[in-house]
Amino acid sequence: MAFLKKSMGAAKKSKMTDTNLLLTITIVVFVAMYLAAVLFLGEGFLKPQAFFNMLNQNAALIIVSCGMTLVMITGGIDISVGGVVALVSMSCAVHLDHNGGSILEAVLLALGIGLAFGLIQGFLVAYLEIQPFIVTLAGMFFARGMTTIVNATQFNVAHEGFVKLKDTRIIMPEIFGTLNKHGKFIPAYIEIGVVVAILVVVILFCVLRWSKTGRKFYAVGDNNQSALMLGINVKRTKFTAHVICGLLAGIGGFVYFLHVGSGSPSHASGMEMNAIAASIIGGTMLSGGVGNIVGALFGVLSLSTIKDIVSSMGFDEAWWTGITVAAMLCIFLIIQSIVTARKSSSVAKSDG
Amino acid sequence: MTTADTKKKNKPNVSELFGKIFKRQIFIPIAAVLVLLLFNLIVDPGFFSIELTRNSAGNPVLSGNLITILNNGSELAILVLGMTLVTAASGGQDISVGATIAIAGSIILRIVCGTDAKADSASFGIVLVAFLVACVASMAFGAFNGALVSIFKIQPMVATLILFTAGRSIAAWINNNQLPTVSDPSFGYIGGFIPGIPIPTPFIITVICIVLMALLLKFTNLGLYSQAVGINESSSKLNGINPIFIKFLTFVILGLCTAVCGLIKVSRVSGITYSVIAQDIEMDAILAVALGGNALGGGKFNMAASIIGAYIIQILTTTLYAYKIESTALSAYKAIVVIVLVIVSAPAVRNKTKAFFAKLKAKAAAERKEVA
Amino acid sequence: MKDNVVLEMRNIHKYFPGVRALQNVDFTLCEGEIHALMGENGAGKSTLIKVLTGVYEKDEGQIFLKGKDKAVAIHSPQDAQKLGISTVYQEITLCPKLSVAENMYIGRLNGIGVNWRKLNKDADAILESLDIPAKATQQLGSCSLAVQQMVAIARAVDMDCKVLILDEPTSSLDEQEVAKLFKLMRDLKSRGVGIIFVTHFLDQVYEVCDKITVLRDGQLVGEYEIKDLPRVKLVAKMLGKELDDTTEIKDTSLVYDKEDAGKHVLEVEGLASVSGIKPFDFYINKGEVNGFTGLLGSGRSECVRAIFGADKVVSGTVKKDGKVIKINKPIDAMKNGIAYLPEDRKRDGIIGDLSVRENIILALQVLKGFFKPLSKAEANKFAEEYIKLLEIKTASADTPIKSLSGGNQQKAILARWLLTHPEYLILDEPTRGIDIGTKIDIQKLVLKLASEGMSITFISSETDEMLRTCSRLVVMRDRKVVGEVSGDDMNQSKIMSTIAGGESK
Repeated sequence: MAFLKKSMGAAKKSKMTDTNLLLTITIVVFVAMYLAAVLFLGEGFLKPQAFFNMLNQNAALIIVSCGMTLVMITGGIDISVGGVVALVSMSCAVHLDHNGGSILEAVLLALGIGLAFGLIQGFLVAYLEIQPFIVTLAGMFFARGMTTIVNATQFNVAHEGFVKLKDTRIIMPEIFGTLNKHGKFIPAYIEIGVVVAILVVVILFCVLRWSKTGRKFYAVGDNNQSALMLGINVKRTKFTAHVICGLLAGIGGFVYFLHVGSGSPSHASGMEMNAIAASIIGGTMLSGGVGNIVGALFGVLSLSTIKDIVSSMGFDEAWWTGITVAAMLCIFLIIQSIVTARKSSSVAKSDG
Repeated sequence: MTTADTKKKNKPNVSELFGKIFKRQIFIPIAAVLVLLLFNLIVDPGFFSIELTRNSAGNPVLSGNLITILNNGSELAILVLGMTLVTAASGGQDISVGATIAIAGSIILRIVCGTDAKADSASFGIVLVAFLVACVASMAFGAFNGALVSIFKIQPMVATLILFTAGRSIAAWINNNQLPTVSDPSFGYIGGFIPGIPIPTPFIITVICIVLMALLLKFTNLGLYSQAVGINESSSKLNGINPIFIKFLTFVILGLCTAVCGLIKVSRVSGITYSVIAQDIEMDAILAVALGGNALGGGKFNMAASIIGAYIIQILTTTLYAYKIESTALSAYKAIVVIVLVIVSAPAVRNKTKAFFAKLKAKAAAERKEVA
Repeated sequence: MKDNVVLEMRNIHKYFPGVRALQNVDFTLCEGEIHALMGENGAGKSTLIKVLTGVYEKDEGQIFLKGKDKAVAIHSPQDAQKLGISTVYQEITLCPKLSVAENMYIGRLNGIGVNWRKLNKDADAILESLDIPAKATQQLGSCSLAVQQMVAIARAVDMDCKVLILDEPTSSLDEQEVAKLFKLMRDLKSRGVGIIFVTHFLDQVYEVCDKITVLRDGQLVGEYEIKDLPRVKLVAKMLGKELDDTTEIKDTSLVYDKEDAGKHVLEVEGLASVSGIKPFDFYINKGEVNGFTGLLGSGRSECVRAIFGADKVVSGTVKKDGKVIKINKPIDAMKNGIAYLPEDRKRDGIIGDLSVRENIILALQVLKGFFKPLSKAEANKFAEEYIKLLEIKTASADTPIKSLSGGNQQKAILARWLLTHPEYLILDEPTRGIDIGTKIDIQKLVLKLASEGMSITFISSETDEMLRTCSRLVVMRDRKVVGEVSGDDMNQSKIMSTIAGGESK
């Protein structure tokens, strides 16, 4: 915790904003954790492919977490995202396999489902002023229920074009590649989903940092009464956040589908909670107004790293993962609570 | 002439009365129950039939959809008692209750079954001990949540996310990932029927819990304090209330509720499945609180409305089952009903409809004037 | 519309369920004019402001602006902003987690992108020109409340507004800051901005304003030139009746004169709390009214908060009737017969959603203990008794307290503490932000209670109010007790010189 104290001291001096402070902590923790894993657990983590696999496996979660972060910045929450991902992958699977649809249609279907959820939930939350938790809870129930109505069992997609797309690997530059024990060169690769995820992160980061709309999300989450007085259309801003989050859940759903290549009612179960956890670890506060998209990326990577570390340390039983993730969440929450306390005490002092 | 006069006199009173009833918080949940029951009455009056039959053990039991509702709604009703208090005092919800129920259930089975993961006999004594240990453990987990919320000032939903993530893993870990079962039929009495009593035991337990909660609210200031803390923490503090303790206390009470639910749950199936037991019950409990018209942001609460909210969810579930809707697809229908309910009771919508009716009234009055 | 008129509101009506908040109100504002909008609480000032800024929609009437031929429609704060109407509210309506610069520019940036370098540079330039001690990149929440307020004004200033509304802007500023604000207002005035100034401080009105519009019960009383309306008349217009001179409240017959009159009820030695006040000594006699005075932020509230146990005490002793008592938490103080009416009514006083009844009985209830709730009948009896006694205007005891006017809320909080029958009552700014009628009621009540033997500490920003009620004043500066005035010494100039650091110690 020494570094925490130090960085907080530094923050006090330079008057760092909460957003940047929490982000710095997240990145430092992630790098420290990964380095520790490389040092103590060695080889497995040293291979660049290990890192790329982490991205491959979590591309969908990264995209969904970005949407979650955005909604959380505005002070809301969206717990329907896991359900939407499941519904999207099931619908696309059924469309491709049973209806013989094309991939483009499937993509549009995914976007359409996500957008529909975003629009309806956004309308209910922003314009009818119903609590986001309840609205998106109903959204989650609906999406999960619809998934089984679309198709009740798991099945793998055999659609030719899709399988080809699913197996497409983007080869990384040679220096990331490794030699296997026979001395054969194995290039490092990422999946298409990762490219999508990185695009989403970059675009959303720019929007939040440098666009007028982006800054409105922060203002609304910080204090929506004030935001209204400052001339911001609070309702529209909240609506937009939910629509984007829904859309990203749709995109995330397709990326998830692309990664697993099957439809199942139990897909993406608990994904909403993972996304919330990733956002929190990434320095987003549920109370709104503080958060960062890059944080969401590092949040997902941190979650994934800790899972890898736990399993490679020999704690193979499934429950250890749950417990460690929870412990990590606990630590980050306490850090956030300390940051908030630091701020209120400094205000009290300067108030005189 | 005179009748017209009395009519004139009575009319505003009647509308006033309606206005008063409409304004009461408990109106919407009761109306929802009535609508659901009316729907069943119209579509299939047989929904309401109650029979006295004998179960496989030859004991008299009541059966029928209404009994199913009262029976299956028990866990939710018990849970809602604690959840309402937590919501009122801390302005947030505990999403770890499902996981804590799993832990409580796991602890009970661990003590009853020992390390063999099997028990042929379960004496009353050992079940009682197991239950008490589970109570202590659940209250400890409640205290953990409560401490995070009250001392570290973390939002309840986020704080309880920790146990939500870890809870079921801990439950599995307690029994070393085995799935213990109890074959002693008397263990099943708690979640089923006690020989000789045709009323489902869970319902009896629920009634006891509700009575206890009513007594607690009547003979202590818990209700007033938790509302005060939920509305204005800083002010409560200056009035000598300890907000940290009150919030902490509500979480511990909720912990106790989860232990009772855990006991009923494991008794119903005489076993446990870690990932399935009390699945999504936290969502249902929160929904019940909201359906009762309580603000999820804390403050004023109405316990009776919350309890009715819990039974609304159960009536809905049972109704849907009665129409042969698959259990996995159930949630979609549930969601639609929930959305309709929250839209109807949303303040924004209510204000608009009120304004609309006021306009109609004004228009009618103006027309009457013109005619006169 | 005359040439130099920037804003004209005509026949404004606004209804709320059961209330006619505004009835046929006219309001005219000229260029380069500072126009005070006066009225008691509930007179309709805030409603009129909110109609003008688009927070509420008016039910009838027209609003005209200079340069627009037709009546303008204002449906939202954005509309108002676009039309050049800016508002600075009493409560800070900025976003504390964003930077200072962002708070100044958000909601009114052109284009899609945000050019941070330019934004910060512009913001710094404005802050510097207005002499505001804040940096553009600083997080707003790390500034003091007064600076936050000034940032809000800076924002409005930079928006090139034609009409600037200042809604009680001075209530959280100290005198120097108020002076700075007035300088700023005069500066804007010379640039032709029309300023609407809403305040409860009469002195300030006469210091800066040109015209006064008075509202009462949602209706227009009239518009006056400042020189035509002396203070006494203004107060009469606001209250709707001729007021007996307020300075004569101090009734010499109201003095506690039993034999234990000189006895110290409470003695404090070297008390200091986490809030950073220097250790101070203090005592209060039976049946005495004393006060803490000093500039805003001098530590007046912190002293009494330390006595009440609201801030964590770090050193010192408190003696009651000669015996040392331990006060760690408010409940300890309450058990020792101390009551504290806090400074910030909204934040620390009322429990908004609870009924008036529950708010009144709360402290007594807490004193009785967790396991002994008052019966419904008892609670009702107490509530009705005090509603009548203090003339609290409420529809019923069941009404949520938040729907009462500020003055009546304050009376209910006062009732809460009187119900506990305290020996020592601390009133921290009991008259802030409430109407003059209630102010006088409260001052009279204080004197009456003291004459019955209650010891009272009375804190107020208005020195003349303290002079009227208190018999002894503790003077504070920079979180330190710097002196005490009583008896014949008690006058404005002596207090001022003590505050400023004159000869007394």
